[in-house]
Amino acid sequence: MSKFANIAIADQVDESKHPHSFMTKYIWSQDHKVIAIQYSITAIAVGLVALVLSGMMRLQLGFPNEFSFIDPSAYLQFVTMHGMIMVIYLLTALLLGGFGNYLIPLMVGARDMVFPFLNMLSYWTYFLAVLVLLASFFVSGGPTGAGWTLYPPQAILSGTPGEHAGILLMLASLAIFIVAFTMGGLNYVTTILQARTKGMTLMRMPLTIWGIFVATILGLLAFPALLVSAIMMIFDKVIGTSFFMPAILSLGETLDHSGGSPILFQHLFWFFGHPEVYIVALPAFGMVSDVIAVHARKNIFGYRMMVWAIVAIGGLSFVVWAHHMYVSGMNPYFGFFFATTTLIIAIPTALKVYNWLLTLWRGNIHLTIPMLFAIGFIFTFTHGGLTGLMLGNVVIDLPLSDTYFVVAHFHMVMGVSPVMVLFAAIYHWFPLLTGRFLNNALGKFHFWGTFLGTYAIYLPMHYLGFLGVPRRYYAMGTTDFIPESAQSLNASITVSAIIVGLVQLIFIFNLIWSTFKGKKSGRNPWQATSLEWQTAHFPPGHGNWGEQLPNVYRWAYDFSVPRAKDDFIPQNVTPEDVAYLDTEESNKGREPS
Amino acid sequence: MSGNKHQNKDTSSLQSVVSDWSADKQSFDMPWGKLMMWIFLLSDTFVFSIFLTSYMNVRMSTTAVWPSSSEVFALTIAGHHIPLVLIAIMTFILITSSGTMAMAVNYAYQGNKQKTVYLMMATALLGASFIGMQAFEWTKLIVEEGIRPWGNPLGANQFGAAFFMITGFHGLHVSAGVIYLLVIAKRVHQGKYQKKGYQIVEITGLYWHFVDLVWVFIFAFFYLW
Repeated sequence: MSKFANIAIADQVDESKHPHSFMTKYIWSQDHKVIAIQYSITAIAVGLVALVLSGMMRLQLGFPNEFSFIDPSAYLQFVTMHGMIMVIYLLTALLLGGFGNYLIPLMVGARDMVFPFLNMLSYWTYFLAVLVLLASFFVSGGPTGAGWTLYPPQAILSGTPGEHAGILLMLASLAIFIVAFTMGGLNYVTTILQARTKGMTLMRMPLTIWGIFVATILGLLAFPALLVSAIMMIFDKVIGTSFFMPAILSLGETLDHSGGSPILFQHLFWFFGHPEVYIVALPAFGMVSDVIAVHARKNIFGYRMMVWAIVAIGGLSFVVWAHHMYVSGMNPYFGFFFATTTLIIAIPTALKVYNWLLTLWRGNIHLTIPMLFAIGFIFTFTHGGLTGLMLGNVVIDLPLSDTYFVVAHFHMVMGVSPVMVLFAAIYHWFPLLTGRFLNNALGKFHFWGTFLGTYAIYLPMHYLGFLGVPRRYYAMGTTDFIPESAQSLNASITVSAIIVGLVQLIFIFNLIWSTFKGKKSGRNPWQATSLEWQTAHFPPGHGNWGEQLPNVYRWAYDFSVPRAKDDFIPQNVTPEDVAYLDTEESNKGREPS
Repeated sequence: MSGNKHQNKDTSSLQSVVSDWSADKQSFDMPWGKLMMWIFLLSDTFVFSIFLTSYMNVRMSTTAVWPSSSEVFALTIAGHHIPLVLIAIMTFILITSSGTMAMAVNYAYQGNKQKTVYLMMATALLGASFIGMQAFEWTKLIVEEGIRPWGNPLGANQFGAAFFMITGFHGLHVSAGVIYLLVIAKRVHQGKYQKKGYQIVEITGLYWHFVDLVWVFIFAFFYLW
């Protein structure tokens, strides 16, 4: 450990204070870029576990009774762990811990996060949370099978897989994750508010930073609900309190609990759970905006509105949670209120979709891999969003609740869509990390495999939902109202899912191969304007900016400025240094060709 | 937003507030650590609000009788049955400790190291005595009344569960605060902040006042309802 552990890096100009040993550079690193990569690798690794779990669920659903190692308990455990890992340990950690850590200081022009030591602690606490979570695979009884929503009373009663150690490890792991997230999140918010470089006003920040900023605030205010409900459920399980447990007759025996409120857990869970959707979506919105602007060589349409839309979505996300609970038996007037707020949230969201399209409109679109994924995102997100509007209405939700229609909806809107943006972002920013491109041919294959494959998975699921096929069932058996054709549809979904899973292995191979053998990219290969591409060294070194912090003179979207010589003007170029064409030449440029 | 700014020469006051606040460098005129403490406290506010909301919810959901607070929290001193006496003293002590903390911050900014250290120690001492009395109260409830988190001879199980959980969580915050105060007081005494400035005392104070404020709510919702 270095002796200046708690001195912010912004105050360290002395060259001797850079870390030199392998341990301080790559393991106990306080450099936000290394921490970001640690976060990303851990998140992707645990995400692959969740991907395998979903593959096994699909095997069971597509070909019931063919695979003896998947019994009903194991199936429920796969469902639970797949959901929890994907939402929290992959998406939240990768978007905020990974991309947030990497991009915030670089994009706002800081040398590092404001408290690097706390940042390092955040990663290692997250790592501990992952270990605790994965440990539940190896305890007796296995991981919990309560579903990712962990609804009591069933989550902690006998009959649910992993009712002893599994559920406790899950709750403990969530609590540890929240501590880790709080340490990181405080850093992100403070860095964005206080450590921006000269000239970087809030309204000049790239939308990526706005998305991460608002998402982090949502996290800091929403995770407490999960923390508190985890604590109370641990008490219910371990010392026999009755917060969530009403009087219950289980397996012919009266339990010791009485007087608790299971609905309270649902409210607390969704008070966390709904903002969580936007904790994942808002950074994705921000990053996709930047990718689209750069690769369409055009300023983002309606920047100011995009910012206010992010803020409005963030605020509204706290007053829509009970639309997950229409069938819980709460007061119908609540349903009316929450349906209204849910439909209102569609306004700023639709505004963002229109603005992405209008950014593309008459832009100079380069169909690079990041751009392909970004356009793919607009498709998948629009689909998922529209089914969200349907489910937001109480009368439509009641018959569709707990069917595959819901599964299809939320996978389109917060599974596939953020993942499409993550891929776009990884292909876009990979040269910044390594100085090399990801392989283009493999990338195209990856995109089309993922994009078409996910449609082959999720479009039929909407149809299954309309048929009334319930979610979380181990096998359909012979149910009268479900036609036999549903089974062949399920088989085809499984085949598509396996293919999509295999395509991701190509992506992993591409990541590893291109890190060492990829084509050299050179500085600022996409000709982007934002600060992270304008560092003194490329790829950026420790401290990011060398001798002097950059000064910012413009917003992040000066693409194709009329009369300017280049089609992009980086944020740190002074107005005097902008090269303009003389009038004659510029007129020539405007002649119709 | 180079373009839009110049278009509205007639900027409304709200707009100028927004543009002032979003100007470059620091959005809030305070050290990094202080802003971070504010944001942490905002997050912690949500933790306690949710604890208290859950407590109110289970208090309404349970069908058993809720014990009368003037009975449970009463002490018999010299033959007199006095309701809420202990908690009144505890609350008085904690609010007094906020006063000593505020004085410590004042002396810190005046550069008076000695008085700052003394007042921080006094604050920590008051905090520690609060925890001591809380331990006494818990002992009384557990040993004399037989109240447990999972059972309550006086009525609803949720009384013990919510009481021990919430006052326990608050007690952990006070304990952490006492340790925090002692560590910072020691570092002030060692002169570690002479060059850097004494904002750290104010940051410690923010946390301490927050813990006091939370107590006021717990007091109101648990003992007065």
